[in-house]
Amino acid sequence: MNKLVVGLLFGAILGVLDGATAWAYPEARAGIVGILIGSTVKGMIVGVLSGWFGRKVHSTAWGIVFGAALGLFFAYLVAAMQELNGQHHYLAIMTPGFVVGAIIGFLTQRMGTPESRTQAG
Amino acid sequence: MKALSDSVLEHLRQVVDAPDLTGTRYELEREIGRGGMGVVYAAVDRDLGRRVAIKVLDAEIGQTFAEEARLIASLEHPAIVPIYETGTLPDGRLFYAMKLVEGTRLDAYASRDLSLSERLRVVRRVGEALAFAHSRGAVHRDLKPQNIMIGGFGEVYVMDWGVEGIAGTPHFRAPEQTTAIADHRSDIYSLGAFLRFMLPARRPRALQAIAAKAMSTEPDQRYADVAAMLLDLQRFADGLPVTAFRETPWQAAVRFTSRNRVLLGLLAAYLAVRFFLYFFRRFF
Repeated sequence: MNKLVVGLLFGAILGVLDGATAWAYPEARAGIVGILIGSTVKGMIVGVLSGWFGRKVHSTAWGIVFGAALGLFFAYLVAAMQELNGQHHYLAIMTPGFVVGAIIGFLTQRMGTPESRTQAG
Repeated sequence: MKALSDSVLEHLRQVVDAPDLTGTRYELEREIGRGGMGVVYAAVDRDLGRRVAIKVLDAEIGQTFAEEARLIASLEHPAIVPIYETGTLPDGRLFYAMKLVEGTRLDAYASRDLSLSERLRVVRRVGEALAFAHSRGAVHRDLKPQNIMIGGFGEVYVMDWGVEGIAGTPHFRAPEQTTAIADHRSDIYSLGAFLRFMLPARRPRALQAIAAKAMSTEPDQRYADVAAMLLDLQRFADGLPVTAFRETPWQAAVRFTSRNRVLLGLLAAYLAVRFFLYFFRRFF
């Protein structure tokens, strides 16, 4: 399984789990389906990009940083688009998104086959 | 009459004991070591213009060594000191010429402040040499720190193959070697003793268990081969459970935590963030 697929899978799984935590907030339950879809897609995008990065750069530390930065960015976009009770919940969305991105970055560094090298003709 | 100093006496002894290399292509330089089976000299190969080590065996070493030497000479492995030539000196003593290894003897090297990973690296390199030799039908019979050298670049060399030490460190010799012919399991015992020698004062229990299994009194209870022992060492290095050590659930949990520190830390950070956001959301 290559790193792109690893990123895609773990991004989707962690995205679903992260989105499902919104059920703990009664005010967010009405939009839970949208939250789940958005969180899953966000996780998959972060996962694929982290997987791509993992194929180019073999460094757990940099993988975590890259994943965390991606998670933070895409969580910002989601928080900017979503509005609940007239408020944008940047902290509540970006902070977990940052950590989830870091986890995805770590997993794509440690798992999956790296880019195969082909000899120059 | 003035007494001679120890250094002068030692020099005279070396001159008297110096082997006669007449008939060989070697030119003696100096004595570089003395062991239980013979004396090692640095010499120059006149034909090839390279320095070599010449080991002159004690007179009681029999002709059976010649057959063993031919087998050892056929072993080509980075950690096995190659034998270039064997022969008999004019005085009837056997000798063999081998690669001159310039480095540090392992008993001196091990006394340094080495990391556990470096100590295990050396043990694994020695084990790889043994495994290779066993696969070719050769047995070392006298594995001990004094027969291992560390080269200038950290390379490991195992020397003195095939000749059982007459006098030497008994701690590394398998118990059956006093009454029976040594086989590859005797080398496994010696490798276990060597692992125990290389371990630091604070020894991980898993490594102690690996050494203990290799040093089982009964040969049948040791590792079946060196490869199995090396696999256990690799599993330890990878943070996996080893076959020689039965962990308690707590020890398994500690090992799992140690091996997955980063991931568990990130998961803990996520849970902490979620906890904080949930219970303090009224402030946002």
